[in-house]
Amino acid sequence: MFCAICVNQVGFLNPAFFYSIKSLGEVKILGIKSKDLLSINDISIAEIDEIMQNARSMKQIIQRDIKKVPTLRGKSVINLFYENSTRTRTSFELAGKYMGADVVNISASSSSVKKGESMRDTARTLDNMAADVIVMRHHESGSHKILAESVNARVINAGDGKHEHPTQALLDTFTILEHKKSLQGLKVAIIGDILHSRVARSDVLIFNKLGAEVWFCAPPTLMPSKAAELGAKITYNIEEALTDADVVIMLRIQLERQDSGFFPSIREYTNFFGLNTRNIKLAKEDCIIMHPGPMNRGIEISYEAAELPNAVISEQVNNGVAVRMALLYIMGGGRPSETV
Amino acid sequence: MKLFKNARVIDPVQQIDQVMDIRVNGNQIFETGVNLVPNSQEEIIDLAGKILTTGFVDLHVHLREPGEEYKEDVESGARAAAAGGFTGICPMPNTKPVCDNDTITEMLVIKGQRTGLVNIYPVGAITKNQDGKELAEIGMMKKRGARALSDDGRDVMNSLVMRRALDYAKAFQMPVFAHCEDTALAGHGSMNEGYYSSKLGLGGIPKEAENIMVMRNIMLAGLTNGHMHISHMTTKEGLELIRQAKKEGHKVTCEVTPHHFSLTEAAVESYDTNYKVNPPLRTQKDIEVLIQGMAEGIVDVIATDHAPHDLEDKDKDFSNAAFGISGLETATALTMDILYHKHNISLMRIAEMLSSKPREILGLPEQKIASGNIADFTIIDPELSKKADKGKFYSKGKNTPFHGVTLKGWPVMTVFAGKIVMKDGEVIEQQ
Repeated sequence: MFCAICVNQVGFLNPAFFYSIKSLGEVKILGIKSKDLLSINDISIAEIDEIMQNARSMKQIIQRDIKKVPTLRGKSVINLFYENSTRTRTSFELAGKYMGADVVNISASSSSVKKGESMRDTARTLDNMAADVIVMRHHESGSHKILAESVNARVINAGDGKHEHPTQALLDTFTILEHKKSLQGLKVAIIGDILHSRVARSDVLIFNKLGAEVWFCAPPTLMPSKAAELGAKITYNIEEALTDADVVIMLRIQLERQDSGFFPSIREYTNFFGLNTRNIKLAKEDCIIMHPGPMNRGIEISYEAAELPNAVISEQVNNGVAVRMALLYIMGGGRPSETV
Repeated sequence: MKLFKNARVIDPVQQIDQVMDIRVNGNQIFETGVNLVPNSQEEIIDLAGKILTTGFVDLHVHLREPGEEYKEDVESGARAAAAGGFTGICPMPNTKPVCDNDTITEMLVIKGQRTGLVNIYPVGAITKNQDGKELAEIGMMKKRGARALSDDGRDVMNSLVMRRALDYAKAFQMPVFAHCEDTALAGHGSMNEGYYSSKLGLGGIPKEAENIMVMRNIMLAGLTNGHMHISHMTTKEGLELIRQAKKEGHKVTCEVTPHHFSLTEAAVESYDTNYKVNPPLRTQKDIEVLIQGMAEGIVDVIATDHAPHDLEDKDKDFSNAAFGISGLETATALTMDILYHKHNISLMRIAEMLSSKPREILGLPEQKIASGNIADFTIIDPELSKKADKGKFYSKGKNTPFHGVTLKGWPVMTVFAGKIVMKDGEVIEQQ
């Protein structure tokens, strides 16, 4: 068993961190077997459980006045973002910094990528600078596979095209588990643009692993053609999706989808696929409302619905940092083979 | 209370074909039975020798409102429907402006209700302004009474848009009606391409312009599992494609118009513009195959494509005249004369094609000749022979090629929501 906090940091204690060790107790890590986290399929139920346990401890850290711990001091985390992002990038950046790692952000618009360097070459360059973890977001599905094969660093997928966004699924799971005992038997309705959603594709995998019943609801034009084969129940009727739901996850509808002809108008979308204070009553009383953000208030979710007491949208953001700290801790603390 | 006595009742839902009496109370059937005893207060209507079926529904009419009320409007179209034996009609959206929104949809439904003669089930446009580009507000139209979608008058040429329409309409359980015509291939033709177009020197529309799109639309139905309904099918190849699609389990249905099973392209030799219609009149062989398809049940529906025009639009040389036939008031008689009398197609099959199948395609509740059902009846005298007379048309459109033609088997009474709205060809105003 390996305890990064206890072993690595004893010599460098500051008072705040010393306090943190005591209060956290002994945090054990078994590590994640897979070198990279590209898909929810890369991690087992036990590993998910470990991430959840660690994230709980991390959440305590970020609730403190002084949030920095030196656990990952001497480790480097590179955020390689080929797509614009505020939420995820900042979340990873702060997660790394709170853990004491050196964090470097690279965005495609202001880097050698713009000069035409291939992703593989960029990746190798970063690898040769001894990066421990590379967090990448890319607009093309499957691009992380190329990256992961090209580098020694461990790769965390922060979203690849329309494929997966495993850390969002982990933080969604963490958020649900803060409100429900387990996911076993829960009805989770994911409503919105499923077709283009990497969140939905990661969520369905993790929720199914943990025993939930996942529903996808979208206009048929925004539903993958074989969505049922991904493990979700399909409906085009929001009322059916909401009825007796324990968890509702609303997805952002990108306004440019209308111009591409996926649906007739915003008015119609809101009318038939928007969450509001009326239709949420179909869900269970203790149903929680989630949204990966950024929200279009008044479109996929009404202003009032987003402000309901059981809307946990800002908790998700907070949990996002904790879950990513846990992941960086587990994955940045050393390879599984070195942790014995 | 009204007591309809001694009618030969044809009910395609329950598969009833039997002489019986029907007592109607208000807008509903109160009871049915053999030899019901009349009571003193009720009106007795003796229908001995007549056929009574559940009310006919026409999936395909043009009411021209809004925008071209000089050709037809909801009121005149409703009267024509009642006169022709129809209790429900589906106006196509190619009006001015196009019925691509919930406001026009609702207006049509309300105006229809006001006539008290017929139910109006609007067909909303598939795409905004029928431009074939962006989906119209399909859900909003459904909410206000639209039952189907069509860009009738043209096909959605962009296959991606048609795919999206079929996909999207599934959320609202609406069928997509396709006017199958490859516009580029059809060009500026005005009749079927073949011997007659060659001889008459008129621009031809090859049947392939229709067949290609029938095939594409069937394939898109297969891709999306959406409901594709082929409007006014005219070719034998189209029928075979439908037969195959049904065998493969695709949600595909189709309709044939009375003029396409009764007239051939040879009629155009007269250069009479009343024979100008889109899709064009085809050949004898096509008619034979279509009628065979009706007998076998491959053809789901008979629909009129009632297309009223004013004289000015038809009183032109053939190439420049408008397409269309005013068909509501001859459809039942043509069906009885040609399909029932000349081709021995059963009354049950005819009632299916004119009543139960169109209702099913629109997703309307089943209508039966049974207690508790709405009393919408079409009553036909199968032996009545008379000449079609455009002078007596209630439609503003007098553009019919059947004027003066003797047909056997006419609607003699229409009962709409328990009220007799047509008797012996005379419409009884309800306003």
